[in-house]
Amino acid sequence: MTRETVYEKLNGVFRDVFDDEEIEVNDSTTADDIEDWDSLEHINLIAAIEQEFGIKFSMGQVVTMKNVGEMVDIIVSRMD
Amino acid sequence: MQELEYPFDSEYILKKAKSIKKALLEEKTTRIKKKIAVLGGSTTHDIVKVLELFLLHYGIEPQFYESEYAQYWQDAMFDNAALAAFGPDIIYIHTSNRNIQEYPQLSDTEEAVDFVLGETYRHYEVMWDKLQKSYHCPVIQNNFEMPAYRLLGNKEASDIHGRISFLNRLNERFYQYAREHNHFYINDIAYLSACYGLDRWADSFYWHMYKYALCLPAVPVLSFNVANIIKSVYGKNKKALVLDLDNTLWGGVVGDDGAENLEIGQETSMGQVYSEFQEYLKRQKDIGIMLNVSSKNEEENAMAGLMHPDGILKPEDFVLIKANWEPKSKNVAQIASELNIMQDSLVFVDDNPAEREIVRSSLSGVAVPRMDSPEQYIRVLDRSGFFEVTSLSQDDRLRSEMYKANLERKKEQESFGSYEDYLHSLAMKGTIKPFEPLYMARIAQLTNKSNQFNLTTRRYTQAELEQIAADNAYITLYGKLEDKFGDNGVVSVLIGHREKEILHMDLWLMSCRVLKRDMEYAMLDTLAHTCAKAGIKEIKGYYYPTAKNKMVEGFYALMGFTLEKTDETGGTVWYYKIEADYENKNKVIKVVEA
Repeated sequence: MTRETVYEKLNGVFRDVFDDEEIEVNDSTTADDIEDWDSLEHINLIAAIEQEFGIKFSMGQVVTMKNVGEMVDIIVSRMD
Repeated sequence: MQELEYPFDSEYILKKAKSIKKALLEEKTTRIKKKIAVLGGSTTHDIVKVLELFLLHYGIEPQFYESEYAQYWQDAMFDNAALAAFGPDIIYIHTSNRNIQEYPQLSDTEEAVDFVLGETYRHYEVMWDKLQKSYHCPVIQNNFEMPAYRLLGNKEASDIHGRISFLNRLNERFYQYAREHNHFYINDIAYLSACYGLDRWADSFYWHMYKYALCLPAVPVLSFNVANIIKSVYGKNKKALVLDLDNTLWGGVVGDDGAENLEIGQETSMGQVYSEFQEYLKRQKDIGIMLNVSSKNEEENAMAGLMHPDGILKPEDFVLIKANWEPKSKNVAQIASELNIMQDSLVFVDDNPAEREIVRSSLSGVAVPRMDSPEQYIRVLDRSGFFEVTSLSQDDRLRSEMYKANLERKKEQESFGSYEDYLHSLAMKGTIKPFEPLYMARIAQLTNKSNQFNLTTRRYTQAELEQIAADNAYITLYGKLEDKFGDNGVVSVLIGHREKEILHMDLWLMSCRVLKRDMEYAMLDTLAHTCAKAGIKEIKGYYYPTAKNKMVEGFYALMGFTLEKTDETGGTVWYYKIEADYENKNKVIKVVEA
């Protein structure tokens, strides 16, 4: 799966979870860039992403990812 | 909304919660408003969010109070101005085995183990008692799910030091409290987590990351279960099943295969599946669910199938049997109207997706579960929570008989010259008295589910009703009606509050099963006598229109009240002066008063 396809799907998940069709994420997007992205919504976001890509993040990964780019790195590595 | 019906897609609900909520709020349905306090021993954010969706779906518009993280006990035990100001209608305590502070040590004596058990139990008991005293409202309490690991292996269950043993004993103490307290309900997460799979339920990722006591994808399962208890408390359970026959109650098509060739009974594995399903339905009947049939069949064939010697359900187990070639939507609507219940009180059970679609799309509110393979029928019906039991009254157990007696009465009515002759022939006996503890559960149930013959549609919890019954400022009456066909049980409830010499009617309702029996006149007679004794000179009646109570728009006029005013919503206020020489209006029911 290419990075572009991952982003396409990822944008869909972000739009569903935050119920906002305008959202467009990129490598440097962080929780600060999206208004409703607080620690409570974070859990839903992670769960929805796991479901979308059929993967499960480990706790270590969730704790250390700093932006969407790092998240995409993990997803891409798991898709190969 | 189909997305919120069992079996629902939990991940979809969690992901789409915001847009589902929007869609629910756009539906033009009337909902009752309820204030729900969620006191958590762990994170409750998504639990509340999803609970809201299920409640909206059930016709309840919740407003929430959510405790700060893990502050359930502090919120309950200490002065809490915010919670007091909120004034909860219901309190849900979401605790789990993560909240157990002390387990027995392996070196503990039996007495020491019992001591820890007692202390742990009392931590909860004092909280429940305190909540009851402060808020007088129903409490829903989680029991404890089984632990995620077993230090002693299988011995954890039998050894008194084992955590499984400890939690099971603690749960039993919780159940004992539930048995002794009417407005206290157990939310059985031990069962839920077992169904869901304990390993997934207790995935510690969610605890260590977010302090959730269960995994996120299980949250909708939990919230759905809590929503079922709440909607049951507020009288929103379904009341009757409408069942198809061929390939629903037995395998095969009776018209083609002949009754003798149907799959039912112990001979074949499919036959066993259908027998077990019939057995399940028979037990539904015992808790007061009315069974009915809608089948595309010649009546003669349908009856032959129901008389199959290996069948568990017999024709007399059903209130109405509609076997004909009319569209099922028509039969189902007909059943609702003959039983005098709302369409949204019905559950339609049919293996044929086309029939289900017709009923779903043409009759609003009828529940239509997906019954796709016979071996799953019981699970789908059971887990849907249509008939969640929060109180079980004698009336529930006898309901089918009562409705059947009603149909008998209808038949007899046709053979009388005048309606009054018919009423006399019923030899009706009424008991009309102030609320009594024995009938409180039934009174609460009627108060919460009567929609049609209900002048104000005010809802009360049983706790509130008990307070009102004990308060001299109120006059309360319940009415019970018996006749030669049977006992109808408590069928009418009145509550009025007194302001000097005027009684204001807060509630006047009657069960539709006794329409046109003059019971309403008997109630007015006793009310007038009671008022006269208490020195009350005037009764004020209020009618508040809802989507369902058009039937009683002109009720007070019929009772001889005078219209005082009408407001812009169609609500009306009426008054009635009680004369010293009040003459009884009911002439057909022999009434016993207090």
